[in-house]
Amino acid sequence: MKVFAPIYAAVLYGFIFLPVAILVLFSFQGGRLPVPPFNGPSLKWYEAVLGDSDLMAALGHSFLVAVVSSAAALVLGFLAAVALARYRLPGSALMRGVLIAPLTTSYLIIALGLLGMWNSLGLTVSLWATGIGHVVINLPLCFAIVYAAMGDHQRNAERAARDLGAGEMQVLWHITAPMLAPSLLAAFFLSVTFSWDEFIIAYLLTRFDVTLPVEIWSLLKSGLNPKTNAIGSLVFLVSVVMVVTLELAVFRRTRR
Amino acid sequence: MTAGVEIRDVTKTYGTAVALGGINLTIGAGEYIVLLGPSGCGKTTLLSILGGFLAPTAGTVLIGGQDQTHVPPKDRPTTTVFQDYALFPHMTLRDNVAFGLRMRNVDRATRAAKADTMLAIVGLEGASTRRPHELSGGQRQRVALARALAVEPEVLLLDEPLGALDLKLRRQMQDELKAIQRRVGTTFVHVTHDQEEAMAIADRIVVMNAGRIEQAATPRRIYTAPASLFVAGFMGEVNVIPLTQGMTPLGPIMAGHGTVVLRPENIGPAGPIPLGRARVIDAAYFGGYLRAHLTPVSDPGRILIAHLPQGMDLVAGTEIELFAQDPILLEGA
Amino acid sequence: MPSDRRIGFALLAPAMLWVLAFFVVPFAAMVALSFARMQGRTVEHGFFLDNYAKFLGDPAYFRGLTVSLEIASTVTVVSVLLAYPLAWIIAMRVPTRWQRLALLMAVLPFWTSYVVRSYSWALVLGQNGVINKALMAVGLTGAPLEIAATRTATVIGFTHFFVMLLTLTVYANLRQLPPNYARAAADLGAGPVRVFWHVILPLTLPGIITGAFLTFVLCIGDYVTPQILGGNNELTLPQIIMLQLGRQGNFPMASALSVILMGTITLAYAASARWLRLDRV
Repeated sequence: MKVFAPIYAAVLYGFIFLPVAILVLFSFQGGRLPVPPFNGPSLKWYEAVLGDSDLMAALGHSFLVAVVSSAAALVLGFLAAVALARYRLPGSALMRGVLIAPLTTSYLIIALGLLGMWNSLGLTVSLWATGIGHVVINLPLCFAIVYAAMGDHQRNAERAARDLGAGEMQVLWHITAPMLAPSLLAAFFLSVTFSWDEFIIAYLLTRFDVTLPVEIWSLLKSGLNPKTNAIGSLVFLVSVVMVVTLELAVFRRTRR
Repeated sequence: MTAGVEIRDVTKTYGTAVALGGINLTIGAGEYIVLLGPSGCGKTTLLSILGGFLAPTAGTVLIGGQDQTHVPPKDRPTTTVFQDYALFPHMTLRDNVAFGLRMRNVDRATRAAKADTMLAIVGLEGASTRRPHELSGGQRQRVALARALAVEPEVLLLDEPLGALDLKLRRQMQDELKAIQRRVGTTFVHVTHDQEEAMAIADRIVVMNAGRIEQAATPRRIYTAPASLFVAGFMGEVNVIPLTQGMTPLGPIMAGHGTVVLRPENIGPAGPIPLGRARVIDAAYFGGYLRAHLTPVSDPGRILIAHLPQGMDLVAGTEIELFAQDPILLEGA
Repeated sequence: MPSDRRIGFALLAPAMLWVLAFFVVPFAAMVALSFARMQGRTVEHGFFLDNYAKFLGDPAYFRGLTVSLEIASTVTVVSVLLAYPLAWIIAMRVPTRWQRLALLMAVLPFWTSYVVRSYSWALVLGQNGVINKALMAVGLTGAPLEIAATRTATVIGFTHFFVMLLTLTVYANLRQLPPNYARAAADLGAGPVRVFWHVILPLTLPGIITGAFLTFVLCIGDYVTPQILGGNNELTLPQIIMLQLGRQGNFPMASALSVILMGTITLAYAASARWLRLDRV
């Protein structure tokens, strides 16, 4: 066991990092194909990425959809969590089930449902449709995270605030939300990641303005291409910086 | 700001369970009232009804002459000091104390000044920018008190406010609570199950049991003239001796019919009422006195508890002559 | 209090309406559409079982479900078996102050773009990819192995992703175990294997089942990974659904297949519901 554990860990870390390492390495490829032998390093594929206006536009769209849809999912999920954790409502178990349901469904099914709805209503698919779909997938997530974080500790503080003259909305704004700040931030960040990375809903529900995963998908159709490595590495870099920042900012503070 | 409270025929039932059965109580403006009783006696339920967190099943609550029975907590002239303090962890002490004023749209400068004044009153001057997690239990208690008083309530409700503190700190805070109440003049209604705490601070103690008021009176009267065996027993140790037409198994203690209650400190080696000889079972040193168990020679099935002077030599098995003073008569009990 | 209840419903309403309007209603419409059929290029609404009959009768469709099931089950089992020991090592062997870093490292590739992650495996496993080049260089094989464009590649791509997910959930579970349980069992004479079998495993089972369920659901409904890594020899259910939608424009058939997919997921849910802790993911 003493020898086995480090070897096992090393093998698994190797497995986990292998594709990422290859991806990043061959983003610096000098030649036309991202396969051995490596002849670099070269930054020409990064130049190609940064010069590709479609890719850059897709990046902007993805960012916009991720932030707006996550904010909406967070607000809706937070209010629903407050309602179900703090008020005794008839049929609350059923309503909790309905709210969680999209979490146990394939994104493909959600996407198809929305596509069918858009078609039958005669609407054109767009980033808006994608954003609506992303709220559907992230709302249960935000709801579940916030709901799980609401404890008696907050309930007592809320009661004290009411006693001191705060109305329901003031309690939410001054007490409940700030006390849940770490969970709210975590839920928002997770939503942004999911939305940012989501493919199938965006693929089926956009046409001309597309998100980054969809744009990368069309890039893939041209086969193996170091440009795909470059954009993939860039996305990875940005995500990792965000994760590490969040780790340092939020989790370090809440652990105290 | 201070006002009296009138509780009229308040009952609270949960299904068939009766939490409060017909409570009537008048509290004077500026009075310090302690609701005392064992857990489950209804004292916290009554406090919640005063604070507006619970609606009574029947009956009315008047505060300052106004019917407040169905007014929500935020619109009542009452504030509460909660058992766990319920301080807002994300706010400084100043923001905590100023919260109620902020909800009343008081401007920032005024409420900050008021908050600092209140913190000074509870002995926390200079701590305005600290946060609750930096404080000790006793300090949090003071902040909770300052926060509840900052909005100048007519009645302050305290739900076991000292329950989370250790004994020494609790005794110290009792004195401070009383002093602060004198200073601000607000009516205080304080819930506890600690009878020493109740004796130390209350103008009047309301002893509750099983959803009813057993007795409401000054600490002295509650102790020396309990209205029931329950009150007598709850306020301290007692020896209960049946009394039939002026006669007890230990001889004639007093006239009347019912039960004689003798406090352990009122039994000793000298006194106006002879109890006869008794054999020492055991004795333990308690500092100011020896707490002894004795069995009367004339009634060997009975065990008496007495606080005897330290100087006595109480070896188990020795017999001594016992006397009593200040017997309490509970008629018919 | 009735006024309280009104506020509660008002807070709940936006989320409920959103889920109803954009999830429940579209799904119901999709179920209805699955009973329609195509007449040439137009949809004929009604209650026809044509699509379901075609699914059961035509191996091309039915095979899609079994392929999907086989892949999802394999991936789930392999991922759990690989991830549990890693989570265990991180939770029990790594010094506490390094655990968060070890965990962060174990899930870092999570944050490569989802589409790009499958593409990277295509790079690694391809004919001219790193693995084949390495194997040939050391002389283990003469001709390049056919790994890419096979089910193996799909399984590897999926497993890579879900090992990270499961390491995360199992680790969280192991960390929540009160250490005294294991100590108490050991104190009462249980050896390490029995402590694991009788104490640790039962206590972490809900976490494992929850992670396995999520793996299965995400895996069986995924289109991207098999599309990039799986080749053309066999198609999964999502790939067939997308084909119906794209080339053939057969929305009713796509709907019927989606309903079948949803049914499969529901069965998986029912099978594991006893242990699921979805509200505490």
